[in-house]
Amino acid sequence: MKILVVDDESDIRTLFEQRFRKEIRNNEMQFAFAYSGDEALTYLTNLSHEAVLILSDINMPGMSGLELLKRIKQRFENPPPVVMMITAYGDQENYNQAMSMGADDFLTKPIDFSLLKDKLKSLIDDKNSGS
Amino acid sequence: MVFELLLTIIIVRYLKRSMKTAINLPKWDRIFQTIFYVAIALFILQFVGQGMEKVVTWSSHLILLYLVYVLYKEPEFKVARPVLLAVAPYILLQLFDDIAKLTNENQYEGWKNLLGVATGFSVVWMITMLFIINRQRKALEKEKVKAKEEEEQKIKVLSLKDQLEIQVQERTAELTKQKEELQTALEELKSTQNQLIQSEKMASLGELTAGIAHEIQNPLNFVNNFADVNTELISEMEQEIQNGNLGEVKEIARDIRENEAKISFHGRRADAIVKGMLQHSRRNTGQKEPTDINALADEYLRLAYHGLRAKDKSFNTTMKTEYDASIGNIEVVPQDMGRVLLNLFNNAFYAVMQKAKDAIPNYEPTVSVRTKRFADKIEIRVKDNGCGMPTDLVSKIFQPFFTTKPTGQGTGLGLSLSYDIVKAHDGDIQVETAEGAGSEFIVRLPAE
Repeated sequence: MKILVVDDESDIRTLFEQRFRKEIRNNEMQFAFAYSGDEALTYLTNLSHEAVLILSDINMPGMSGLELLKRIKQRFENPPPVVMMITAYGDQENYNQAMSMGADDFLTKPIDFSLLKDKLKSLIDDKNSGS
Repeated sequence: MVFELLLTIIIVRYLKRSMKTAINLPKWDRIFQTIFYVAIALFILQFVGQGMEKVVTWSSHLILLYLVYVLYKEPEFKVARPVLLAVAPYILLQLFDDIAKLTNENQYEGWKNLLGVATGFSVVWMITMLFIINRQRKALEKEKVKAKEEEEQKIKVLSLKDQLEIQVQERTAELTKQKEELQTALEELKSTQNQLIQSEKMASLGELTAGIAHEIQNPLNFVNNFADVNTELISEMEQEIQNGNLGEVKEIARDIRENEAKISFHGRRADAIVKGMLQHSRRNTGQKEPTDINALADEYLRLAYHGLRAKDKSFNTTMKTEYDASIGNIEVVPQDMGRVLLNLFNNAFYAVMQKAKDAIPNYEPTVSVRTKRFADKIEIRVKDNGCGMPTDLVSKIFQPFFTTKPTGQGTGLGLSLSYDIVKAHDGDIQVETAEGAGSEFIVRLPAE
């Protein structure tokens, strides 16, 4: 299962690769990175057959994370990908908006990586046991 | 005789009336009154007393002569002297008649006719003269009345003039007071305006703070995240050292070094933002210094964007930048020019945000900034594809306190301040706009 991380900050890649070095090495998790909403959509279109979990920042120039979320939910219905939103603005309004648009989860920056790791692992386990 | 007595009475009455002797000449009034009574007495005696004709005749002559004398002699009656002229021929003729009758009884009969004719003439003369005199007197009186009226008019005018002068003084005092009040009000307004300008500056600082906070948050997150990663990596490395897995250890060490570089990179990034913020809030020195216009524009574009994002989370827009690298450093007051750019960006974002609310399909809010170098000047263009402006507003937008925003959302000082700042840099600021299609603000600054 691929995890697509969408964020305009390119160092997010280094961070994820370091944080999940063991999981990547053990092939428990595979990461892909996109630096804008458009890039993410292109990636998803090209690899629509793969089961993908998406981690997206909300605050990005150009297409925002919420817009991306809307388009993903419109375009990729079967199977609907899991989308988790990550934002620096962790207020209630933002949370409600993301959840009402179909986000599966909502995390605030700075990312609590151990929490994220647990969430990702349980999702993957669900997926594996389900399939 | 009857006629002479009547004449006496008439003259006395005339003098009393015309000269107002009762008031002006009481001494003469008494005398005239006496003559009046004597004349009446003689008049009665004429009809009652038998054989008294001679007494009456000569008394009448005497009285009349006396009156003639008085009129001729006394200076008080100078004005009545024309009457003398009127009656004198008749009186003298009558006197002569009676004297002649008395002395030359023989010749009298010869003269009688001639005297009769002369008497007739004298009577006509008298009546004519008296008539003329009376007319003149009336004219004179009329004139007197007129003069009196004019005098009264003059007094009235003078008193009116006094009243007017008092009113003018009162009004002048009032006006002076009002002028002073207006002066005070003007000074208060000026100080209020200064306060407003100050608060406009503070408001823009406040908007920036949110943007700055977000700008700092991102690098700080990285610093914290990479520091955490390194802590983890170090314990892993210790593990590998114990396992004697040297290759792995080397790899971890390389990662740690890389992460350290990231930490200091993001640390410096946060540092630069804080420094920029300090520069913005620092009291304006007003000193021009060589400034990288591209860097300044980019910094404020980001700050404006994040400032708006902080207020409205759903807000999002495409930003296009096209910086002319040959622009070089331009002599400007960086804080002031930053404020101009911030204001233009804020307005541009506001315009696209308003249009985005209309939910037009396929509308992509876009704000772009372009810089360009010319021979003797540079140009900064800030363009949006927002709602634009009707042309009748264009002439007003640089006026102080003009705003299209709802009350409380704009001070109306932003563009006015910007205009003043650009003018102070010997530059100019213009706008090209089309309602519904967007606006483009062009700032031109001189470059040596």
